[in-house]
Amino acid sequence: MFKAIITITFKKSILDPQGNAVHKALKSLGYEDVEDVRMGKHVEILLRGDEPQEAETKIKEMCSNLLVNPVIEEYQVELVEVEV
Amino acid sequence: MKEDFWKEVGLSESEYELIKEILQREPNEVELGMFGVMWSEHCSYKNSRNVLKQFPTEAPWVLQGPGENAGVIDIGDGQAVAFKIESHNHPSAIEPYQGAATGVGGIIRDIFTMGARPIASLNSLRFGSLKSKKTQYLFSGVVSGIAGYGNRIGVPTVAGEVYFHPSYEDNCLVNAMSVGLMNHEELAKGFASGPGNPVFVVGARTGRDGIHGATFASEELSEATEEKRPAVQAGDPFMEKLLMEACLEVIKTGYVVGMQDMGAAGITSSACEMASRAGTGIEIDVAKVPCREEGMSAYEILLSESQERMLIVVQKGKEKEVQDIFTKWDLEATVIGQVTADGQMTIREGKEIVAQIPAKALTELCPRYDREAKEPEYLAQAQGYDLASLPEMEDYGKVLVTLLGTPTIASKEWVYSQFDYMVGTNTVVPPGSDAAVLRIKGYNKGIAMKVDGNSRYVYLDPYRGGQIAVAEAARNIICTGGKPLAITDCLNFGNPEKPEIFWQFKQAVAGMSEACRVLGTPVVGGNVSLYNETNGEAIYPTPIVGIVGLVEDLAHVTTLGFKQEEDIIILLGITKDELGASTYLSVIHGLEAGKTPEIDLELEKQVQQATLELIKMGLVVSAHDCSEGGLAVALAECCIQGKIGADVALTENIRPSSILFGESQSRIIISINKSKIDLVLQQLKKFQVPYKVLGSVGGDSLNIAGSGWKVNVDVAEMEEKYREAIACLMKG
Amino acid sequence: MKFGVVVFPGSSCEADCYYIIDQILQEPVSYLWHAEQDLRGVDCLIIPGGYAYGNYLRAGAIASNSPIMEKVIAFGKKGGLILGICNGFQILTEAGLLPGALIKNRSLRFQCENTLLRVEQTNTPFTSTYTQHEVIKIPIAHEEGAYVADKETLERLEKEGRIVFRYCNEQGEITPETNPNGALNNIAGIINEQGNILGMMPHPERCAEAILGGEDGERIFSSLLAWWQGGAGR
Repeated sequence: MFKAIITITFKKSILDPQGNAVHKALKSLGYEDVEDVRMGKHVEILLRGDEPQEAETKIKEMCSNLLVNPVIEEYQVELVEVEV
Repeated sequence: MKEDFWKEVGLSESEYELIKEILQREPNEVELGMFGVMWSEHCSYKNSRNVLKQFPTEAPWVLQGPGENAGVIDIGDGQAVAFKIESHNHPSAIEPYQGAATGVGGIIRDIFTMGARPIASLNSLRFGSLKSKKTQYLFSGVVSGIAGYGNRIGVPTVAGEVYFHPSYEDNCLVNAMSVGLMNHEELAKGFASGPGNPVFVVGARTGRDGIHGATFASEELSEATEEKRPAVQAGDPFMEKLLMEACLEVIKTGYVVGMQDMGAAGITSSACEMASRAGTGIEIDVAKVPCREEGMSAYEILLSESQERMLIVVQKGKEKEVQDIFTKWDLEATVIGQVTADGQMTIREGKEIVAQIPAKALTELCPRYDREAKEPEYLAQAQGYDLASLPEMEDYGKVLVTLLGTPTIASKEWVYSQFDYMVGTNTVVPPGSDAAVLRIKGYNKGIAMKVDGNSRYVYLDPYRGGQIAVAEAARNIICTGGKPLAITDCLNFGNPEKPEIFWQFKQAVAGMSEACRVLGTPVVGGNVSLYNETNGEAIYPTPIVGIVGLVEDLAHVTTLGFKQEEDIIILLGITKDELGASTYLSVIHGLEAGKTPEIDLELEKQVQQATLELIKMGLVVSAHDCSEGGLAVALAECCIQGKIGADVALTENIRPSSILFGESQSRIIISINKSKIDLVLQQLKKFQVPYKVLGSVGGDSLNIAGSGWKVNVDVAEMEEKYREAIACLMKG
Repeated sequence: MKFGVVVFPGSSCEADCYYIIDQILQEPVSYLWHAEQDLRGVDCLIIPGGYAYGNYLRAGAIASNSPIMEKVIAFGKKGGLILGICNGFQILTEAGLLPGALIKNRSLRFQCENTLLRVEQTNTPFTSTYTQHEVIKIPIAHEEGAYVADKETLERLEKEGRIVFRYCNEQGEITPETNPNGALNNIAGIINEQGNILGMMPHPERCAEAILGGEDGERIFSSLLAWWQGGAGR
């Protein structure tokens, strides 16, 4: 069994209004060192199987078919093997 | 079981003794838990029921009065309207977004449970001073919670009101109202009739959320509760939308015997209330209830307040048909028990009986209390405050602009623009007028609706304040061209065990009852929210009135904005020297004192009837009720909405501040075409209504002339202040 | 002219669209349930507003993968008329029938208000009864309505005249102040390359009757009918 941890964020070129708002809020709280804030989504998927290569291919397929909108978003996948 | 477990579930010792007497034995832990929630004030109304008996509840058009999930009234053509208001104060004070969202979800379920399709939502909100960061957090959280749920379920939020006052600083009020439309034959009720009929639980799975929410709602908030943060439920509007569509579809099949939503006290309350109403029993196997979490105990399943669930009793043999409809909507529908003839609420876990209580013991046998009532000490002093000694102001124009920029009076656009008030394409009068009007498709009629309540009036005179709450709500309906039909009320008060609070409660209800009788608007349902206190400090007594009226012909729809140059402005009613309890006193002088304005219900009725008759005759161009901020603010609102000025003369021989900002009751400002003046005055004489021709519409400023004083403010300046005030504060 | 209104679980403007076609336009119309695979021979599809599948994940994302969408996509690619309103627009971009995407409003809040739009294109089946650069009033009601696309796509849309509506003021001026939600280039509605699929955030079905405060939206539907009767339907 694999656990895929997928982090989805807006592409750098896309305005991230939520991230900007949080950035502003942090600054107003006195965190002047905050350089940038990007908001995103965190998805965890438990996947049956024992072939890491195959699992990764499947997860990437899921990302491009549903989880991620490539027009505005980019993603990173972390795959870990877990005990059944 | 701990020896004093009864205490933990919120029961008193005498209640515990009574339970033993009813059961003729010691209750077990599960049974005590069930009694605890069902005998809480929230479910039983044990402290309030005797007082509520005063409300008139009948009229020829009332199809369903109090006691069901919602009241139902006839609106002709075989159609009916179901409506109800309910509080979700404590959850919202702790988690504003989810608290408000689930409040909306709960009241919408009450409406479609009756077989009506929800067509509109309203809300009445109270917060502390908007200058405080905490209020801003609660306010924006509550508004986005209402939006988040209401918008997603596709029911327009069409009207509401928001007041800001320090007494609500830590105990905000969130009262949500829902209005639904149905045909008479679709009326469904919460009856578990017909022994042998299967009992379904449908919708969301049961989780460990909100256990003891009903008990929580019946306690004061304190630092300890803030610490505990009891499980506030999270709502799923998408699930509720599916549940709504499926329930309405299943009711149309005719196979439903009874239906009830699961709100406070979950399966326990819906099951025992349905059985109790029908005089039957009900048997439930908790092992069959689909759960979201593993290892839930019978106790947890019975008391869970997971949202978006319904209990449905179906005709035996029609299980498959009903199941198919829920499957189509991707919803779970599970038979968890059946109706029995023995009057018992029997709970099994598989083979084992874990609780058995007569259904009526949980509902009707709950003791009722006549609490001690005592006039509070603050009252005589506050009422007796010498207002005559107050100085007059130098610049009334400045005062007017200040009042227009006071959050309680200012435009609530910041709030309602976050609500989808148009979905359904029925909203003829959107938020921002005296009341909302929705058309009924296929007919040339509409329904008008509004929520209203001024707690300062009630604080300074609960009886009069109660009368005014009803009168003003009805006046709002009249001003939009509707005939008020019936009300639902949400009574928000402090701890009823304090004699001063109970006195406020009793007086307010008596005043409301009297106004309902005179104005012919019975109470068809409502909700009581007591224990609104934080660390011993009660909120201002806040009875909220939700009202529904019928607009017989859409041509009668009237709004408040002045419309055209040269129209004549007429004030119906009498302006007295009454500054007491006014917003002017509070904002300008920092005083919450004086006498609540007088109200003569007969005069009120006359003014309302005359206005409606004139509207029906097609003589009224605009109509607006005078309320917070008095005549000057009301005139300003007519100008702002109409984007046009006015010239008026106010010649009463009383102090200018009272003329401009006093809140004398039973007053309506109308504007009429100048060619109709003779006809209108003739009618007003016929109705024997006191009136005064004030002046005319026109120009781009509001000019008010008195004897020896005047006000002159640009409409643009007033509009800016009025529209920007709340947004400015929220930008912080 | 036969219309079909696609209904997903969570749609909420389907009845409003149905009503306009049935009562105002007085043309035949039917609901098409998301689980169906049959478009019942309709001539124009309307993807209504609402919160299809709760708009969970992303607005329109799950709906764009539901069974009926395969047929909808094929219908659109063959030149069938499709009008996506609000959530419908979001679904069409997610399904790849229209370029770009719709993200959260600049205000981060849901916004329900009247907006003024400048009609940029009248040579489409959806806008033929408007005049070029006419200013019309149609309300918006959305939380994720800010149109975005990459630079190349935007340039193409501009160059090919595929921006059909832009947020403007009473004088028809397009400025940052007249932009309610932060949409790039004040875009309120766009059309696909072949000119048969229109997506727009404002709700024309909400202002198609005088009693609701405006009739400007009605002309989108009557344009469709005029276009159809003018030859396309024969």
